[in-house]
Amino acid sequence: MAKHAITLNINGQQMDVAVDSRELLIHTLRDRLRLTGAHIGCETSHCGACTVDIDGASVKSCTVLALQAQGADIRTVEGLAGSEGLHPIQEGFFEEHGLQCGFCTPGMLLRAWRLLQDNPNPTEDEIRHGMAGNLCRCTGYQNIIRAVQHASEKMQSGETAAAE
Amino acid sequence: MIPGRFEYHAATDVDDAVRLLAEHGADGKLLAGGHSLLPMMKLRFAEPAHIIDINGIADLRGIREQGKALVIGPMTTESAIIDSELLQRRCPVLPEAAQLIADPQVRNRGTIGGDALHGDPGNDHPAVLMALDAEFVIRGRKGERSESVDGFYVGPYLTALDDGELVTAIRIPTPAEGHGYAYCKFKRKTGDYATAATCCLLEMEGDTCRRVRLTLTNVGPTPLRATDAEALLTGSEPTAERIEQAAQAAMSICNPAEDLRGSPEYKTHMAGEMTRRAIHKALDRARRG
Repeated sequence: MAKHAITLNINGQQMDVAVDSRELLIHTLRDRLRLTGAHIGCETSHCGACTVDIDGASVKSCTVLALQAQGADIRTVEGLAGSEGLHPIQEGFFEEHGLQCGFCTPGMLLRAWRLLQDNPNPTEDEIRHGMAGNLCRCTGYQNIIRAVQHASEKMQSGETAAAE
Repeated sequence: MIPGRFEYHAATDVDDAVRLLAEHGADGKLLAGGHSLLPMMKLRFAEPAHIIDINGIADLRGIREQGKALVIGPMTTESAIIDSELLQRRCPVLPEAAQLIADPQVRNRGTIGGDALHGDPGNDHPAVLMALDAEFVIRGRKGERSESVDGFYVGPYLTALDDGELVTAIRIPTPAEGHGYAYCKFKRKTGDYATAATCCLLEMEGDTCRRVRLTLTNVGPTPLRATDAEALLTGSEPTAERIEQAAQAAMSICNPAEDLRGSPEYKTHMAGEMTRRAIHKALDRARRG
């Protein structure tokens, strides 16, 4: 079967790529575009390691056809850090020991990023429910919650500073 | 794991989808949110030769009030159901149930139509829509028809929907002002299907139960309506004794399969407990208005 030409806007950059109809977005990202930040964990939409942001919503990219992302704005973990260094969410995970082996971290970071876009000052309960689609087998989650809280505070104080 | 080979078609509108279904429906599948179908295709439980993607059809999304009914597009995501101010006000049991489905990422893609029409007895919307007396508005080559949710489910993955048809809307008679509602779901962990779940909707008139609906999820080959349990409560005061009798009546129609979630006895027991909780919660909410 013939390949399909699609255009993806990934981390602000337009990328044209030819994909098979049965190709999953995570494989396009990792194997064709060499964006290997998002990981393949369970492949059954449970673990969240493949979480990326598509058109303003967190999505498990192992359960989306690449074709379905035609024209979409996608953000992956490669798009988080800026020229000034780590994004506050990455800094939060670093400072609060929010990871151990790091396999789940790219998905955690992208999910936390969207959570804080939607709700800049979440309660602990809101963080726990908001992060419920991401599994971590190392940390026991406590430090991940702290990392998100750290990022929330940092991002808000950054906004205050910018406003002043 | 990747799905087997198939030919991909993106339907541009409902007419186009009906045309594609007429052509490929017998060995094809509609792709909604994909969070039930794609996992099944990865495991080769489903191997459609054609995929008809209906994500591009804007008419199939959205929630609106139309006269005395709420009309929900089947491609409306679980997240949109949860966030809907209209549903929170008019039909809060739907956001309550949607909140208990899967996890945030899956709810961003998963749709009410996908959940309700897949025919998986573990899905939550069928029982809730059955309790709401909802109907599916169905389009096929022969035109439009409606099918009541009660009676729509024939067996696991078997519904009254033909290969050449698609659901264009879910129509729900707007529940009475101040009705009591609850969807109580027992699950092992986030993202799991129900071990057992009960939906209860009721209307009170003073101390008397004027109208009750009790439906059950994942304790039989299809969602179940506990009509005997409903009859026990209708037209009388819901005393502790009657609620217990209703829970026993609901348990008596359970016929769950044994799996990793437990034995038939255990699941039936949990269905009884979910029924008790759902009735109490719905009553409490009805009394508080």
